[in-house]
Amino acid sequence: MNEQGKVDKTRRSLLIATSVAGGAAGVGAAIPFVASMWPSERAKAAGAPVDIDISGLAPGELGVFEWRGKPVWVMKRTKEMLEAIKSADSKVTDPSSKVKSQQPAYAANEFRSAKPDLMVLVGVCTHLGCSPKLKPSDDKAEMGADWNGGFYCPCHGSKFDFAGRVYKGSPAPINLEVPPYMLTDSTLVIGEDAEKKGAKA
Amino acid sequence: MSTSRLAALWNWFDSRMPSVAEQWRIHASEYYAPKNFNFWYFFGALAGLVLVIQIISGIFLTMNYKPDAALAFGSVEYIMRDVPGGWILRYIHSTGASAFFIVVYLHMFRGMLYGSYKQPRELVWIFGVLIYLTLMGEAFFGYLLPWGQMSYWGAQVIVNLFGSVPFIGPDLALWIRGDYVVSDATLNRFFALHVIAFPLVLLGLVVAHILALHDVGSNNPDGVEIKKYKDANGHPLDGIPFHPYYTVKDMMGAVVFLAIFCSILFFVPEVGGYFLEYNNFIPADPLKTPPHIAPVWYFTPYYSILRAVPPLFNSQFPGVLAMGVATLILFFLPWLDRGAVKSIRYRGAYYKSALAIFVVVFLVLGYLGTEPTTVWGQFGFDAFFLDTKDIATWVARVCTVLYFAFFILMPWYTARDEVKPVPDRVTS
Repeated sequence: MNEQGKVDKTRRSLLIATSVAGGAAGVGAAIPFVASMWPSERAKAAGAPVDIDISGLAPGELGVFEWRGKPVWVMKRTKEMLEAIKSADSKVTDPSSKVKSQQPAYAANEFRSAKPDLMVLVGVCTHLGCSPKLKPSDDKAEMGADWNGGFYCPCHGSKFDFAGRVYKGSPAPINLEVPPYMLTDSTLVIGEDAEKKGAKA
Repeated sequence: MSTSRLAALWNWFDSRMPSVAEQWRIHASEYYAPKNFNFWYFFGALAGLVLVIQIISGIFLTMNYKPDAALAFGSVEYIMRDVPGGWILRYIHSTGASAFFIVVYLHMFRGMLYGSYKQPRELVWIFGVLIYLTLMGEAFFGYLLPWGQMSYWGAQVIVNLFGSVPFIGPDLALWIRGDYVVSDATLNRFFALHVIAFPLVLLGLVVAHILALHDVGSNNPDGVEIKKYKDANGHPLDGIPFHPYYTVKDMMGAVVFLAIFCSILFFVPEVGGYFLEYNNFIPADPLKTPPHIAPVWYFTPYYSILRAVPPLFNSQFPGVLAMGVATLILFFLPWLDRGAVKSIRYRGAYYKSALAIFVVVFLVLGYLGTEPTTVWGQFGFDAFFLDTKDIATWVARVCTVLYFAFFILMPWYTARDEVKPVPDRVTS
């Protein structure tokens, strides 16, 4: 205000303009700080495909392998397990793998795999990221009399069948993720498939 | 060195920086607090004491701790075994974390008992809730640092809470972690946030909390304003100077508190897995979740709410939202409470029962959060609405509804409550 107690509009405008410009500069200055918290180039490069030798895996035995820092489950499913999957169709939320984000096209089926007997799943619960446990069908004492075998998440109690399909009533909203993979003889490549020859981002 | 020399030195200082003596007068020697403070009024000062304990023990822990996924677990064991007195420092810090929440919960309950959040102290309450939320963040970041199994999987779950936010969630979680999984990058940034960013924010908020309090003056167990009746000097008739009266009283409280604190520290630092969870003595393993994971006790009421809400529309976000709202709703307490009186002493049956139910609900949710959902067995019958037969989940659901009902129905039941007449001056 000047001596007469009136607002000098030009000075006020200048003040507002410089404040806005200063504020914008402040926001701009925050960019490098926020950006520094994204994954580094090294972290991004660590997502390369991994080769796994599955010849030593017995039927029904769960192999846990690391891909991008996450556990990947590989299992040669037995006939009983495949029967258990079929009988669970009415009890799971997404029996025929309709949610597209959770598997490559070649695994969008009842068994959620390219070959019915070979299970490949990312062992991370779709609820809040814990790693579920294998609970065979003879674990009825803990899992209830109607348990047909599958996986159980210890954190919040989500239940999945041997195809990683989530049971109704679980906190987890969707099926376990199937990573892109391809099979060459006895070597399983995770993170890369024949269709794209490149990992899904 | 005579007294006059000392007085001269003080005069020299005071004439150059009089604001030190002035602040002392405003906030201590001439800050008039109600004379009827009772047991519940220890916990504010004790929270300040715990803050100091945490800062000092934390500074010394960083001298030997290594924020590196390959070294962190080992460095904590090194502190425990090889650093002289290291185990004391570590147990002080871990016991202090739980003690912080105990005194803060009691301090908040005091506010609810005596209506300390009501007009004109809304800002005091808001700063207090901000302190509580910052403290939760601080505790969460700190819990990852030992890089044990519970550290790792606890962080995994909490970061994924943000991942469930619609649209931006997955990117947000990625940005928080700095990697596709909880990893070294996550540990390193949580260390930075835990040792510098959040403590600074916390200190700033504590200053704001106290300034806002001292501007309007303290409430008391009668919920009457002592500034209404003043003596010839302008001091409240029912007020006494904070120093020496309450500094001495708080020192007595601190002695009792420290006796309990040290008993835990020296004899039961893990408190049966509640203060330090047993699974956290196992190094973090990204491929293996421990069979039963639960957060530390002070988060369990909210964790129970998270678990109780079933997923909707293929998303776990409703549970996350409920948990978030359960904490944020505290901000609105001053405006939800339409009661004509502040203190529980003059409230009617409605508020008294509501508060009692709320306390029970909070404790039940807290207990259930430490246990698996199967802790109370399953219903023996089946029905179409039973998406889960775990009894504990259904109890948690009822408690969750009651938790929110306490707040949402508050404008209704406090306005209709039959209150007793409030005395003009403090009673005891």
